[in-house]
Amino acid sequence: MALFLQHVIDAITVGSQVALYALGIALIFGIMGLINFAHGELIMVGAYTIILVGHPPWPVMVIATIVMAIVLALAMERIAFRPLRGANPATLLIASFALSFGLQNLAILIEGSAPKGTSVSPWLSESVQIGSLSIPKLDLVTLGVTLVLLTALGLFLQRTRMGVQMRAAAEDFRMARILGVKANTVIATAFGISGLLAGVGAYLLVAQTGEVAPDLGSNPILYAFVATVLGGMGSLRGAVLGGYVFGAIFVALQAYLPLELRSYRDAFAFAAVIVMLLIRPQGLIVARSTVTRV
Amino acid sequence: MLRIDELRVNYGRVPALHGISLHVDEGEAVTLVGPNGAGKTTTLSAIFGLVAPAGGTILFEGESLVGASPEKILRRGLALVPEGRHIFGTLSVGENLQLGTTARKDRHEADDDMKRVFERFPVLESYYDRTAGTLSGGEQQQLAIARALLSRPRLLLLDEPSLGLAPVVIDVVFDALEELRKEGVTILLVEQNAARAVEFADRAYILRTGRVAHSGTRDEILRMEDFETAYLGV
Repeated sequence: MALFLQHVIDAITVGSQVALYALGIALIFGIMGLINFAHGELIMVGAYTIILVGHPPWPVMVIATIVMAIVLALAMERIAFRPLRGANPATLLIASFALSFGLQNLAILIEGSAPKGTSVSPWLSESVQIGSLSIPKLDLVTLGVTLVLLTALGLFLQRTRMGVQMRAAAEDFRMARILGVKANTVIATAFGISGLLAGVGAYLLVAQTGEVAPDLGSNPILYAFVATVLGGMGSLRGAVLGGYVFGAIFVALQAYLPLELRSYRDAFAFAAVIVMLLIRPQGLIVARSTVTRV
Repeated sequence: MLRIDELRVNYGRVPALHGISLHVDEGEAVTLVGPNGAGKTTTLSAIFGLVAPAGGTILFEGESLVGASPEKILRRGLALVPEGRHIFGTLSVGENLQLGTTARKDRHEADDDMKRVFERFPVLESYYDRTAGTLSGGEQQQLAIARALLSRPRLLLLDEPSLGLAPVVIDVVFDALEELRKEGVTILLVEQNAARAVEFADRAYILRTGRVAHSGTRDEILRMEDFETAYLGV
């Protein structure tokens, strides 16, 4: 029983992280039909920021990480994606791949391809003992931060004027513009939020692995992409749900696969996702709006 | 107020407008009628920056609108109720209305305008918190018009506001347009329901296959013996 609960906690932690990444991808896709594979490089740059700032007090470190990821997200939008606005989805997708590879190689050029070790905070690696359960503080922080961000994003989208404009733009971008919603502002805001989510994700990821490498964003983004597809492309709730479902599959395979098959965990995880999509091709939650391009 | 000269629009290599010219003076209600494919919607789309003209000029109060984005054109004092209404179905009625005030800086006056909208379209107040997608076609059309009015346009462009509505509801829509016109809003109306539109307007342009086939005042158009023929294009 205790072991099972431990797995549940692991699943929630992995799910929270994937949900944070997936939300960043779903937000951009919902508004401009772009699957931004360079989202992983926002995480990567955020992670390198942790190394580059040295050892300041943790709030400074967190803020620096988030700010860097936001700045890079806004720069991506302005430099790479704005000139392509209105291009077909394939063009946007390829541009995001190009950007992703370009940034990874830039990181190799500057920092080398070898992973660098760092410890974010010794406090986070401690565990809390509850009965026979030993819960890493990092898991609790990850869950707490995810819940706070999900709530904040929900309130932003529901209660603020900009949030309503973003939801309108996601449903029918052209009509939103006809009513005076500024395309550039809405898209830049979406990128800014995706940068914020990536920055927080970077901090949590490095706190967990203690390692920074140029390709550190690749796996998380693959998982996140799968989660958004699983949850239903274009639906924010779907992205979050997909993240947690993916986390559960992932941890279940890690825990219950026979030892000799465990190294094929990802293959099994993706196979499980394919089966789910065969049963429910539209994803778990269907976005009620079809995406309209700018 | 609005002056269009020799406007040409192509969709790919297919010309949709072959150089049409028209004007709308301040305080006027002007209608564009004509069969499907005549270029009525294309004309409105070009005015609002949704399609790029291949040639010609569009002047609003003496300044060109060509090349401006829809969000800029709205801020110049135009509003468009597009064909098919384009209500945000996943948003509430209130949020749809709030989006109509996006470009406004005078929040208090915008709130007053909201009250006036409720007086004109009481159904929108009672359904304020409802998801807009659940409204009937007529209610959605009222919402679309109300939403456009909340930007306080000086020139209101409407595309097929009566399409798909029951006759009773069409009356509600035209009554609302009549009131707006009395309040001094300039109107450019595109309609398939030609008889009704011409009856409503001060002047009319009859479009056919991307050209202005006829134009004139209401009485001139109504006196045209072959009005129906011209309109139907047979």
